[in-house]
Amino acid sequence: MESIGLTFIDWIIILIYFAFVLGIGVYLRKFTTSEEDFFLAGRKNSSWVAGLAFLSANLGALELLGMTGNTFKYGMYVAHFYWIGAIPAMIFLGIYMMPFYYSSKIKSIPGYLKLRFDEKTRVLNGIAFAIMTLLVSGINLYAMALVLHTFIGWDWNISMWASAITVAAYVTLSGLMSAIFTEIIQFFLIWFGLFLVSILGIIEIGSIDQIMNRLPESMNTLWSTSSNPMSNGMFIHWAGIVLGLGFVLSFGYWTTDFLVVQRAFSAKDLRSARLTPLLASFFKMALPFIVILAGLIAIALSNDPNSGFKLLQDNGQVNYDSALPLLIARYYPSGLIGLGITALLAGFMAGQAGNISAFNTVWTYDIYKSVLNRNASDNHLLWMGRASTIVGVIISLGTAYWAKSFPSIMDYMQAIFSWVNAPLFATMLLGMFVWWITPNGAFWGLIAGMLSSFLMWMGVKFHWFSESVITMSGVQSDMAANFWRAWWAWLICFGVTILVSLFTKKKPKEELVGLVKGLTQEKHDQHLPFIKRPEFVAIISLAVFIILNLLFW
Amino acid sequence: MKPIWYFVGLILLTIGGIIFLNGIYLLINPPEIKTVLAETHPSIWWGIIMVVSGLLLYLNNRNKIIS
Repeated sequence: MESIGLTFIDWIIILIYFAFVLGIGVYLRKFTTSEEDFFLAGRKNSSWVAGLAFLSANLGALELLGMTGNTFKYGMYVAHFYWIGAIPAMIFLGIYMMPFYYSSKIKSIPGYLKLRFDEKTRVLNGIAFAIMTLLVSGINLYAMALVLHTFIGWDWNISMWASAITVAAYVTLSGLMSAIFTEIIQFFLIWFGLFLVSILGIIEIGSIDQIMNRLPESMNTLWSTSSNPMSNGMFIHWAGIVLGLGFVLSFGYWTTDFLVVQRAFSAKDLRSARLTPLLASFFKMALPFIVILAGLIAIALSNDPNSGFKLLQDNGQVNYDSALPLLIARYYPSGLIGLGITALLAGFMAGQAGNISAFNTVWTYDIYKSVLNRNASDNHLLWMGRASTIVGVIISLGTAYWAKSFPSIMDYMQAIFSWVNAPLFATMLLGMFVWWITPNGAFWGLIAGMLSSFLMWMGVKFHWFSESVITMSGVQSDMAANFWRAWWAWLICFGVTILVSLFTKKKPKEELVGLVKGLTQEKHDQHLPFIKRPEFVAIISLAVFIILNLLFW
Repeated sequence: MKPIWYFVGLILLTIGGIIFLNGIYLLINPPEIKTVLAETHPSIWWGIIMVVSGLLLYLNNRNKIIS
């Protein structure tokens, strides 16, 4: 493809962004004096700041490109990732789980496992999370360079090194606070940089109704074609969506992935921490109006031979990720092109910073202090946080070059999440709500869940057994396989944890106060009028979620 | 320190201003190769929306300091 040409004005806008995020890192440096400042942004953020950062940590550019491309491939069903695949879990986190996380003053998710169970479960999860985070971080870095190389013609090495060094600089200077600041700036740049694509697409085609009318029924509905996998673009039954995506993958990611939950830990008090995922849920529900709508516009335009719009082909295969960049090139004149590219760059770099700031916390507290140096001072931990940021970025760069040699590693991203997060959600759910679950039960359950998820993936990959054993369907679909594998891994972890707990030593109840529901006094925000309580915000969020699903049923 | 909204306002104001001014330039000197819907001059009205949003955030938080 001929690259999207950048003018002088576009370059100025991109350079302003780079100068701005580095300037923020330098500005915040003088406010980062303790380890709590560095790892938890001083626990002083409002619910709005923490909420936007919570959402933005998940909003990488890879997701924007990938989900727009997936919409072109699967249709409206991709909106499930933003609605049923996120909102119930975010509400559950804010209402039921956050009080235990926040009140126990932990610094990371593995830290909760230490308090609730024991050291070995914490270290197991800490190591799995650290490896997953660095792998994802490196793959993201490679994906960014691939996108910039394909669409703008930038040099691989310069793209990877420039963004990695910028992220390393501002996270090393001021830790989580600068990561959160840049995530919020990224949120605004993404809305201003990409929502215009949807607006111009609607203007060109006429209206949202006209866009929908140009699509087949399998592409323009959410649920009405889900009773038969053959009738919808994703080839999946509604049970797979509800159990795999809506329950296990969604709850596994949004309630236990430290990358996002760390933002809520930075809130100034419990009420703000509980409001963090609830406020974020409204912005999450709005995202399909950028991502899904752009994908639907791309389908509608490519179905019209007079539009001149066609996705790129790589060796005869359709490059679905080209949908969003091609729409940007179609509608944006110079200046706006610079803004669109800056929005994508900001998404990549904020995602990178999110991964690195989560990694440095888990490494420092859950591996280094827990295993290697138990008596480390606060100043030493602050130093270790900065050092591990630099090392984390270097390992990410190594992973990015590794991914460049083996591009098929990109296909494993979803699988990596189902190895680590899906079983962890079973451990957390049982640990938080059932007092008699034992440390050995949690440990062996987690091992069984992670191992079974990995073996299921290997089994399909190397043809040991058919994918239909997992999906219970004759139709082959990678997406369906991911959803169902996550469900089985969760179930296996859940079952083994209960089974082992029945025969192993329980922790005394008094050690579990504040960590387990039923043993903890829960009277949060009772003094506030109902409309100021997180429960009220949760009800509004749930109502909007139901209305959206009915509207696009 | 300054609240995050101050910085968001500043960057929207700066980038929005550049896009708006560039839109005016493109109106006076139209490029040879036009984008789809170029006749709606998106740089001008989108630039104005960014500048107004940025200005509101900037002015509201210019004198605020958070602990």
